[in-house]
Amino acid sequence: MTVITQERPKKEIKISWKKIFLFIAIILVLLFCLAPVLWQLLTSFKVNEDISAVPTVYFPTRFTLAHYIELFDRRPFLRYIFNSAFVSITSTLLALAIGAPAAYTLARLNIRGERPILASVLIVTLFPGILLFLGLLEIIQKLGLANNYLALIIPYTAINLPLTILVLRSFFEQLPKDLEDAAKVDGYNTWQMLIQILLPMTVPALVTTGILTFIAAWNEFIFALTFMTQENMKTIPVAAAQLGGASAFEIPYGPIAAATVLGTLPLVLLVLFFQRKIVQGLTAGAVKG
Amino acid sequence: MTKLDTIKSREQRTGWILILPALILLLFVYGYPIARALWLSLFTQNLGTELKPVFSGLDNYIRMAGDGRFWQSFWITSVFTVVAVLLELLLGLGIALVLNERFRGRSLVRTAAIIPWALPTALIALAWAWIFNDQFGIVNDILLRLGLIKTGINWLGDPNLAMVSVIIADVWKTTPFISILLLAGLQSISPDLYEAHAIDGATPWQSFYKITLPLLMPQILIALLFRFAQSFGVFDLISVMTGGGPGGATEVVSLYIYATVMRYLDFGYGSALVVVTFLLLILAVAIASFLLSKIRKRLSGVA
Repeated sequence: MTVITQERPKKEIKISWKKIFLFIAIILVLLFCLAPVLWQLLTSFKVNEDISAVPTVYFPTRFTLAHYIELFDRRPFLRYIFNSAFVSITSTLLALAIGAPAAYTLARLNIRGERPILASVLIVTLFPGILLFLGLLEIIQKLGLANNYLALIIPYTAINLPLTILVLRSFFEQLPKDLEDAAKVDGYNTWQMLIQILLPMTVPALVTTGILTFIAAWNEFIFALTFMTQENMKTIPVAAAQLGGASAFEIPYGPIAAATVLGTLPLVLLVLFFQRKIVQGLTAGAVKG
Repeated sequence: MTKLDTIKSREQRTGWILILPALILLLFVYGYPIARALWLSLFTQNLGTELKPVFSGLDNYIRMAGDGRFWQSFWITSVFTVVAVLLELLLGLGIALVLNERFRGRSLVRTAAIIPWALPTALIALAWAWIFNDQFGIVNDILLRLGLIKTGINWLGDPNLAMVSVIIADVWKTTPFISILLLAGLQSISPDLYEAHAIDGATPWQSFYKITLPLLMPQILIALLFRFAQSFGVFDLISVMTGGGPGGATEVVSLYIYATVMRYLDFGYGSALVVVTFLLLILAVAIASFLLSKIRKRLSGVA
């Protein structure tokens, strides 16, 4: 009797300790992941006196949109947004259009040299842009493509191809093969089968992959920095990074914070809506390696 | 027999048509620059030669052997990579374990945990430069309020602290990538294993070492491989946060290559730097994938 009553509270304490520990860990994870972004968000709404206050003013005493307005008034920020969006969307669509057929071949059709092709696709996912920019710069200069959207669209399409191919290949491999066989029995040729039967089923996987490639293209820095030198052709990351360099004496912390918020907003929204798809795509792309 | 052959060859042809555009583009954007760098590294092409390529054999490589700035940047890159990736692995594993627990709002926390990964590195670098700002930065403010320091620290102005700052920013930005991969690995481990182990009287720590870690090893290695390669080529973050400064203290190899080409217009030597970095990367990848296949074999042998 006494033994039982002694044991019971002990067990409850143990469970709640674990819960408290987990709760603290969750708070820490949230703080770690969100605090730097939220700090930039807060800064972007502060008046200059608050930004440069010592000791630091944590919450804005007065709420202002001046830094955002300045970005659009004094700089072609709308143009930067358009550049980033246009280049990212176009290269995403191209990567899907070129990558999906290649992924299908690697998943289903036995061509000679399949293994070396797959191995090279895997290896190039690890190449950083610094190894490529010099050779690409030469081509771009020879073809007169500097400050042309193609100078970014072509490389972005290419750097997104390996991931596109890997993710879609793992998708095609999971599809039941009966489907394609049945289509062939029904008299479809390969092309008809691909376009009329397979393509509609591939849409969810295309969305998953497209989100990943869009994020990668939107975030790219070194090519955009090197190939786009005209102010009105710059993408958001480069334009924002160069805000500080414009005036040597006073670094415009407010506008920089506002630019960070605007440049990250589309991606935050993507993550909020497509969290599950992003995780799926990332793990499919990486684990296949 | 002949009919089967024609079907096979038709399949071959369709396959090649489908894959060819991708192969051409990959060759053009990956293959050509690397091959071109290999070729150009045998020439001297800089302001001294009026930017015209003059064949000079292995001169560029000999110059590299005695180039202190190259070796320093190589050392800085190695330190950055090893420290950052190890911290990311530890932290990423911790976060993955938390996200693998059951609790209310788990999906929202998982969403939050991806956000740093998705954001543009250049913009994140701006955010962290602001956080580490010597006059108005929040890090200094917190340390001052806690009484840990008397005056503000010039984080990005001190060689060692600048390194610490860029590593912290990199850890923040890329830990989510590792936790996503490891979380997927954790989810694929059957809970039965833990139950059986617990019945045998094992403590949670023992099951972590005996079950979780070994079964997670493939994911850990893949994450390490990706992160190692990316971190070795780190450019955006450091270029925006410190520009390689102060006094070259955070000048990683990629920043040195970029300066050699774009500032000093030394294309020949820049190409040689590209080639050596490329070879080092390939070597590292080869070692890592060898380890990976070995561990995979051992795991499948056990199962």
